Amino acid sequence: MSKIKNAFSNGKAFIPFITCGDPDLETTEAVVRAAIENGADLIELGIPFSDPTAEGPVIQEANIRALRGGVNTKKIFDLVRKLRKDITVPIVFMTYANVVFSYGAESFISVCHDIGIDGLVIPDIPYEEKEEFLPICRKFGVDLISFIAPTSENRIAKIAKEAEGFLYVVSSLGVTGTRSEITTDLASIMKIIRENTNIPCAIGFGISTPEQAKEMSELSDGAIVGSAIIKLLEKYGKDAPSYVGEYIKKMKAAIR
Amino acid sequence: MTNPNGRFGIHGGQYISETLMNAVTELEKAYNHYKNDKVFNEELSRLFNEYAGRPSRLYYAEKMTKNLGGAKIYLKREDLNHTGAHKINNVLGQALLAKRMGKTRLIAETGAGQHGVATATAAALMGMECVVFMGEEDTKRQALNVYRMKLLGSEVVPVTSGTATLKDAVSEAMREWVGRIEDTHYCLGSVMGPHPFPTIVRDFQSVISKEIKEQMIEKEGRLPDAVIACVGGGSNAIGSFYHFIDDKDVRLIGCEAAGRGIDTFETAATISTGKLGIFHGMKSYFCQDEFGQIAPVYSISAGLDYPGVGPEHAYLYDIGRAEYTAITDDEAVNAFEYLSKTEGIIPAIESAHAVAYAMKLAPTLDKDKIIVITISGRGDKDCAAIARYRGVDIYE
Repeated sequence: MSKIKNAFSNGKAFIPFITCGDPDLETTEAVVRAAIENGADLIELGIPFSDPTAEGPVIQEANIRALRGGVNTKKIFDLVRKLRKDITVPIVFMTYANVVFSYGAESFISVCHDIGIDGLVIPDIPYEEKEEFLPICRKFGVDLISFIAPTSENRIAKIAKEAEGFLYVVSSLGVTGTRSEITTDLASIMKIIRENTNIPCAIGFGISTPEQAKEMSELSDGAIVGSAIIKLLEKYGKDAPSYVGEYIKKMKAAIR
Repeated sequence: MTNPNGRFGIHGGQYISETLMNAVTELEKAYNHYKNDKVFNEELSRLFNEYAGRPSRLYYAEKMTKNLGGAKIYLKREDLNHTGAHKINNVLGQALLAKRMGKTRLIAETGAGQHGVATATAAALMGMECVVFMGEEDTKRQALNVYRMKLLGSEVVPVTSGTATLKDAVSEAMREWVGRIEDTHYCLGSVMGPHPFPTIVRDFQSVISKEIKEQMIEKEGRLPDAVIACVGGGSNAIGSFYHFIDDKDVRLIGCEAAGRGIDTFETAATISTGKLGIFHGMKSYFCQDEFGQIAPVYSISAGLDYPGVGPEHAYLYDIGRAEYTAITDDEAVNAFEYLSKTEGIIPAIESAHAVAYAMKLAPTLDKDKIIVITISGRGDKDCAAIARYRGVDIYE
């Protein structure tokens, strides 16, 4: 059992997603610190991938900017080591299966354990393929996060029963990106989840405004926001940390 | 060959987002039902024969055989199919299946444009909506095919992300599918992606080797000594190999695109230069860097310009049942010109990779040996690009 549950002990959790190395790792570090100072409860750090098939244009571009800037898995491990000297907020990595697999799953996950990563969010590892990494994650005490999607239907119960850390509930069909409206019947999905597990659930995909965050967190235990933050990084680059901090303050206030 | 969970040895699987899982499960159920359905199979056979022009010819290339002075060479003429390539076999099968599943819209990725044209064709025939994703780079290389797809009533979406080639078209089609599943079937064009696609596409393409076998027995009274086909994702190759896999004396040879050479970064030869990875829904071999970032591959052939290979090929390679070799742009262009001049058959630049290897292999074999080259498509679409390669500045 990792520290992830701590993220949900301070009211509803606000979970920002940040692509490491966009535009450089110094900025990533400053953004993480600003996020935590302003109320972020759990940090989702993206390790960029060349072909992020679950992402919309905003995060795709962030991945490209980060990779062009020369970031790689080892440099990101170093960033986390640095952050963990004084930061206790739970941190999870979000990346694609090949980034973990190519590093050697055992090596990757053991390093995660050593540097204080609490969980892995891997969108191209569904329930059917979780044996790829789950035994190693268990060995090193790193939670492999499971997803529930609007199309999960008959799969919700079995996924929820075996979920660890927290459940990532996908708000809408499609890829990541801000949306003006979320129309999925999340209340019904949450009801089935609650019948099958006690672990916390956070809703992500499409959330950008305080109103949306409030609505989503009322249905669940927290809100995950990626593209809206990445847009600030895209706009302000190295100057983004203060803007991200301000934004997160507003979002956390809305869901607290 | 397929395990219940869609594995070929360690390869294959379903490495996709949760949102798509019920869609692929539903597809697998429907396929398992209809593949044994008499009416479905009769309708597919009728489309193959009456619409696509099957069976395709197995042509004895007498001049080429004499010129190379070794093994007897036959050409499996998939280029003579309606729409000019083997892609139609898979598309008719999948479109028919999608229709049975109640889908009204097809989406597809395309590299050279052959699969896009085939999908657009099937959509027109069956009265379905169609959207084709094509790398922007490829829309330039294959402008004529873009026009053909539009003429057939499809929308063509140029993909600008990543390297703007086939892999990015696949990623974009997957992104589209995850956003619109209810009415849409993703008509994947090769033996790749998540289970059940590698199995479904292989089964629909296996008509190629079924026919080669029958035609060879009829013409020669025996099986060939080698079957040669080009490999990008690997659909015409697996189709050409499939019914020979248990005939251990038949060599199965896949020809990858070496681009400017397998010792350069400008290559798409996955088995020769890639390593094991997980991408686009499958575990297989991929061209990638030390941190698992997918490599920006290159080949003169838009249809072979893909950083991965289908999981069944990866498995046939692992167990040593099939051999894989890499052919450079130069060798492929020479073969393109050679087959045109020698037999009066202009092959697709993709298929020219298989011809190029046959040109090396045939002279080393005795005259009583027989090799079959699958000409997966016709080369009209490539003429302008090859002319430019030779310094002749013509544009379509």
